[in-house]
Amino acid sequence: MAKGRREMRGIDSSSMADIAFLLLIFFLVTTTIANDKGLTLKLPPNPDDIEDVEIKFKEKNIFKIMINSSDKLLVENEGLDDPKKIRQMVIDHVLNRGANPNLSESPDKAIVSIKANRGTSYKMFIAVYNEAQGAYYDIYAERAGVSNTRWREIASDLGNPENKATYLKAREGIPMAISIAEPNK
Amino acid sequence: MAKFTKKSKTNQEIPTAALPDIIFMLLFFFMVTTVMRENTINVKQKMPDATELRKLQRKSLVSYLYIGEPKNTVLYGDEPKIQTNDVFIELKDITLWVSKEKDKLSENERDQITIAFKSDEEVKMGLISDIEMKLRKANALKVMFYVRQISEM
Repeated sequence: MAKGRREMRGIDSSSMADIAFLLLIFFLVTTTIANDKGLTLKLPPNPDDIEDVEIKFKEKNIFKIMINSSDKLLVENEGLDDPKKIRQMVIDHVLNRGANPNLSESPDKAIVSIKANRGTSYKMFIAVYNEAQGAYYDIYAERAGVSNTRWREIASDLGNPENKATYLKAREGIPMAISIAEPNK
Repeated sequence: MAKFTKKSKTNQEIPTAALPDIIFMLLFFFMVTTVMRENTINVKQKMPDATELRKLQRKSLVSYLYIGEPKNTVLYGDEPKIQTNDVFIELKDITLWVSKEKDKLSENERDQITIAFKSDEEVKMGLISDIEMKLRKANALKVMFYVRQISEM
């Protein structure tokens, strides 16, 4: 009996690392890190519910972006090669406040209109929409005194009253007016 | 010189006793962050790039539409198709699909349903806008475009 007592009673744990490795590799392979971010868009209501009211907009208040079926851009009736340039142009348009007679009269009247063709690729549309939305985020972020990234975090979490106050203050007088026209054939 | 040739008596092996702990830590990280794929996606999915992403507020309100060229072109042709859950649906069935998805939510949340577009970048805007029109008719007005985030600048 005394002899048996002296033997090691512990379980051999040297293979534990191997088992853990096996599980680790399984999870590494099957995992897809959850990604719940994207570009947001609010669609206009059902066309059948909208009464036909003629609304007049002044031509200069509308910033027109058109994309044709071969993904070529026409911005304010001039060709443009790089969609990234749209951002600064939209900012200039919205914050013009009557300075340039060809651009908007005031931020609340400014409208950005994106019109695609049925043959336009989704990729190009997203690139343009991204820049138009980014321009507004840049404007709001500057008014709130935060970075663009931080602004988007604030805008995504309006449950927090502090965020909501900042959000409403920065957006006051500058509605995000991006109109997406139905594409033509 | 004898000083240098003298053999060290210390043990030179790396202690591996803590190795399982480290591996377990990694394992738990992956176990917690992992999300198992709910359904097999049968369409090509190469998302376009964008920078101005925003986080979804509540994941339970989201329904996914997968749009793209079918992976099995022999069976389904190479025209872009719409996939929901595990089946291909036609454009005209979207209204029905939206009302089914809305039924899964509680009554006061039905207006807040978000439709997430997981669309291939090669898809044409004609199809996308047809779907948008159907969603407007079905009164599901919140849309989110899934994109690949690229770093700014």
